[in-house]
Amino acid sequence: MTALLEVRDIEKSFGGVQAVRGVSFDVHEGEILGVIGPNGSGKSTLFNCILGQLLPSKGRVRVDGRDITGLRPSQLNRLGVSRTFQLLQVFPQLTARENLILAGQEHQGSRLARLFGARDAGLGAEADRMLGFFRLTALGNEKAGSLSYGQQKLLDAAMAFMAGSRLVLLDEPAGGVNPTMLGGLRERLEALNRETRATFVVIEHNMEFVMALCSRLIVLAEGRIIAQGTPAEVRNDPVVIEAYLGH
Amino acid sequence: MSTRTILLIGLGLLVLLALMPVDLTSIGVPYPGLRRYGTYILTLWLVTAIAAMGVNLIVGYAGQETLAQAAFVGIGAYLTAITTKAGLPFGVAFAASALLTFVVGIVLGFPALRVQKHYLAFVTLAFSVLCWLVFRNEQWITGGVMGLRDIERPSLLGLSLRNHVRFYWFVLGITALLTFVLWWIVRSPWGRAFNALRENPLRAESLGVDVRLYTLLAFALGSAYGGMAGSLYAPLVEFIDPSPFALGPSLLFMLMVVIGGSGTFLGPFVGAGVAVLLPEWLRAWETWYLLIYAVMVMLMMALFPDGIVGLASRLLRRRVRA
Repeated sequence: MTALLEVRDIEKSFGGVQAVRGVSFDVHEGEILGVIGPNGSGKSTLFNCILGQLLPSKGRVRVDGRDITGLRPSQLNRLGVSRTFQLLQVFPQLTARENLILAGQEHQGSRLARLFGARDAGLGAEADRMLGFFRLTALGNEKAGSLSYGQQKLLDAAMAFMAGSRLVLLDEPAGGVNPTMLGGLRERLEALNRETRATFVVIEHNMEFVMALCSRLIVLAEGRIIAQGTPAEVRNDPVVIEAYLGH
Repeated sequence: MSTRTILLIGLGLLVLLALMPVDLTSIGVPYPGLRRYGTYILTLWLVTAIAAMGVNLIVGYAGQETLAQAAFVGIGAYLTAITTKAGLPFGVAFAASALLTFVVGIVLGFPALRVQKHYLAFVTLAFSVLCWLVFRNEQWITGGVMGLRDIERPSLLGLSLRNHVRFYWFVLGITALLTFVLWWIVRSPWGRAFNALRENPLRAESLGVDVRLYTLLAFALGSAYGGMAGSLYAPLVEFIDPSPFALGPSLLFMLMVVIGGSGTFLGPFVGAGVAVLLPEWLRAWETWYLLIYAVMVMLMMALFPDGIVGLASRLLRRRVRA
């Protein structure tokens, strides 16, 4: 079976610093893969190389067998690949509902048709459904900038799914979210994975969150994969314990 | 506010503005109408507001920088003057001005794909100076510092617009049309994409918004508004020389947008009002008027950083909450 995402021998250097060194892995449809590693291990650089924010120095990335190396993020999004960022990236002056509409509108017909078509690009009902799914209905008409940090994190995650993406890369979705909201976020992501067969790749520092959410983990250290397997396997891997968990 | 309400308010304002130069005393209303100079100033305000709307699209909605709007007004004005003097109809000159400035706007937008903020401002500033040098030095076509005179006002369906009130109505009609077009754009998904470009281009790109294309579109449309304003400016003043298209007026367009309320729909009209009408009202103070004007502008900038429209909507919201 062809993998949905194939990452082959990705390398990325910044001057003399090699941030990612020959990383290869596959992600299959419907899988939730976690990428963990200590600070500076190259996780975000790897994400940026996969998602076109950075051009890898070497290596290829394929989605559904199609080479997507070097494509711009907007082109990737149109191929069904979306992402969230480590730091909050909502549009504070737009309402929560408009943030969601924006997240899906570029997939609705031609650009010219969007200019002359409905103001909500035909996405009003879908935005409302997504608000409901992430339990943000009451906040739909509030400006995103006025929501709490946790609510903005939920909105940020919801935006990644508005375009019906098949592959979503989540960069530290749990960062800064309180424990109560964290449970809700995990449960929502699991439900989306179940219902839509959406595939996730998750970078996360919160071990409890990532171990509970992901079916498989990759551990990076100094730009290399040092271990991979199920959460239980990774947790007990002596190499990981030495390099990352530290106990 | 519903679309219907907005359109009705717009229509009401249009009727009110159309009546400004009309003597209403004959129907029992104690309003003698604006005189020739007042009508000219009001027409100039409309033309300036069209150019300022373009700057607002580039700066206020799309979050880019431009110090070149006066150059685009100049391109439109010279193209219209030259072509109408050569015998082409005004409609052709107007369309050509819009098209040329749209294309040049795309070219000027390319640096915005690489540089941002004040670096971008300097690129547009260089373009502005370049255009001004062409207007001043290429005498064979622009008339140089002596300018081009006797620019004819157009006719509409056989009706001459030489009369100042008719020409005012003509400009008012075009302003209303261009205002409606821009309103349509900024409330459409395109407007949302422009906002996304301003607030967070990195995130916008990751959501499928083609940041490059929308940046170029903002520059192209905003510059075309400058070109169309120039195309109306030439027959309004009937004589053009390079001075209104220099760097100073470009800075003034930026000031209008900031003072009116950057990224607000009515901001350019209010800002253009401050820039065009306020100096006229202050003329009674003779040589002091520029000093008073400068102090007023400084105070406005310091006290209402989100512009007059921003201040008004803040006060309105507070009142509604109370």
